[in-house]
Amino acid sequence: MSTTDNATGPTATDRVIPQGEVLLDVDNLGKHFPVHAGLLRRQVAAVKAVDGVSFSVRKGETLGLVGESGCGKSTTGRMIMRLLDPSFGKITFEGEDITRMSQSRLRPLRRDLQMIFQDPYSSLNPRQTVGAIVGAPFRLQKIQTENGVKKAVQELLELVGLSPEHYNRYPHEFSGGQRQRIGIARTLALKPKLIVADEPVSALDVSVQAQVVNLLEDLQDELDLTYVVIAHDLSVVRHISDRVAVMYLGKIVEVADRNDLYERPMHPYTNALLSAVPVPDPAKREGRDRIRLQGDVPSPLDPPPACRFHTRCWKAQEICKTQEPPLAELSPGHQVACHFPENTTVSATDAVAQSAVSPPATDLPTPSLRKE
Amino acid sequence: MTAPIEATGAEQQAQPDAVLAGSGRKAIQGRSLGQIAWMRLKRDKVAMGGALVVLLLIVMSLPGVTELLSRTFGSPPNQFHQNLVDPTLGGPIGSLGGISADHPFGIEPINGRDLFSRILFGARVSLLIGVLATLVSVVIGTVMGIIAGYFGGWVDTVIARLMDIFLAFPLVLFAISLVGVIPNKMLGLAGNDLRMGVLVFIIGFFNWPYIGRIIRGQTLSLREREFVDAARSMGARNTHILFKEVLPNLVAPILVYSTLLIPTNILFEAALSFLGVGINPPDPSWGGMLSAATELYTVAPHFVIVPGLAIFITVLAFNLFGDGLRDALDPRAR
Repeated sequence: MSTTDNATGPTATDRVIPQGEVLLDVDNLGKHFPVHAGLLRRQVAAVKAVDGVSFSVRKGETLGLVGESGCGKSTTGRMIMRLLDPSFGKITFEGEDITRMSQSRLRPLRRDLQMIFQDPYSSLNPRQTVGAIVGAPFRLQKIQTENGVKKAVQELLELVGLSPEHYNRYPHEFSGGQRQRIGIARTLALKPKLIVADEPVSALDVSVQAQVVNLLEDLQDELDLTYVVIAHDLSVVRHISDRVAVMYLGKIVEVADRNDLYERPMHPYTNALLSAVPVPDPAKREGRDRIRLQGDVPSPLDPPPACRFHTRCWKAQEICKTQEPPLAELSPGHQVACHFPENTTVSATDAVAQSAVSPPATDLPTPSLRKE
Repeated sequence: MTAPIEATGAEQQAQPDAVLAGSGRKAIQGRSLGQIAWMRLKRDKVAMGGALVVLLLIVMSLPGVTELLSRTFGSPPNQFHQNLVDPTLGGPIGSLGGISADHPFGIEPINGRDLFSRILFGARVSLLIGVLATLVSVVIGTVMGIIAGYFGGWVDTVIARLMDIFLAFPLVLFAISLVGVIPNKMLGLAGNDLRMGVLVFIIGFFNWPYIGRIIRGQTLSLREREFVDAARSMGARNTHILFKEVLPNLVAPILVYSTLLIPTNILFEAALSFLGVGINPPDPSWGGMLSAATELYTVAPHFVIVPGLAIFITVLAFNLFGDGLRDALDPRAR
């Protein structure tokens, strides 16, 4: 636990974003949870938790997935892990379509695809020793290790900054941060290529958050990992991500490189989110204007038509209620789904005018209109 | 079911540092949840008292021990001592129901059999039926509950309705009629062995929904814990998750409700014997003795008191132990 770097500030050196091959590709992915009612348990509605999200993750990079509670970030993560079956869309991992792959065919692939869980108090089985927990991946995947499972587990414990002597301990003997390290050790056991981290630090104390975030970064450099980090803490995302995708009510509204997004947010929702980040310096706090969104997030049971943000957006016009803005690349590597984006030199009105003129019939389902 | 660590907080907190320091001292051993529960149970004097009585009862009922005790302190349970019975009233001669060195609990009215031996052998019957019936309930209840809770959907619906049906069953009436229909010999068993088998079946087979519901509820909440997702994301099969991840977390409620179910079953066996559908005479059973005593309590009040006390003490001991066990394991805590 030597790393004392403050997690809330941006990293000093910008990592070179690898322009390597695409490891994970998510295309128009959606999850609708049916709502049953009545005597015959007929489906009366569906909670549109995730409603057509598309993004891709390149080898070695970290994609941050942010959004407020209930916007579908975790559902997306769990669908990538195939802990939930997608309602529609396509997940491609290493060129293989895993969307409908059976659990038995998926089993060998799981070595390369692992998850860090949100709650370290619930993600470790209280009846198993640390050795059994961290060694479980080896046993489940029937992997032979050179010097036996125990040795491998102890090396993993050391890797995440725990003592190998913790092997025979039980999870209840550890603090939250230590437990999360145990969870990370388990995730790393099979040397995965992609790790989906579902709110990896949100259950931890702020001081411990920094340790775990830095551990994740160190491990990425050491083991050449690719992360999809799901979080609602914008500071954590800013610290750890190379690229950031912002979600609102089951859709991605903006994807951009980290610096681009934080310095020039284009979508009004992103602007509102960033303006809500607390500023520790009272002097700086004076000059800034906070955007206060009115009302609540609409119910995902019956999301607003067209642009889902129009009910709370201060820039909303008639077009926002009738036509869904496509996720369009307005500057290199910066995709936004908005008719009236901010902070852009590209004339947004052009795009708006274009889509306004174009007849609605040619308007394809927008999520698939992705520009790479 | 993480036991709250506050109870042993100070010691637990100190350990990681001790190990990290690696200061030559013998590393403090980590305690499993079972060890912590045992420590807590040991501090509960009432529960330990109950456990002691339960242990004593079990030892008394072991094969050989019962016979030895009966020979040493009393006389064989089916030996008549009519010389000790008042021929006119039928009550035992002597004060306090004929208590003497040869007959520490006194003697039975009319026939003059030794009450101490009959209580001893009755204890064996009660415990055997109570424990075996509980075992049947717990095995069926756990399997059904865990399957219903884990798989959910229509499986859950079917099992839940099945439980409702079993709970609605008129158990006492069914027991009385079933005992009437069952032949004297069946499945290689005869006489009171068959009777005991039938009682274990009736009591055990119809009581599983109680434990089944508890296990189902616990499984429902365990299923949502992230370690189940973690196991699945590592490629674990359902059988592994059910038996290696979920079941060990159910040990606490299973243990607790088993110890609480045993006295209920002992009472139920006594009730059936009282109604005349339990163990057949001349073999002794507590319920049967109470039943016989109802007509004689005016001449021999101790004949009601002794088996009544035996049932009371046994049931109380099991319940106290079960309550203590529940507090120690704290299955309601997360």
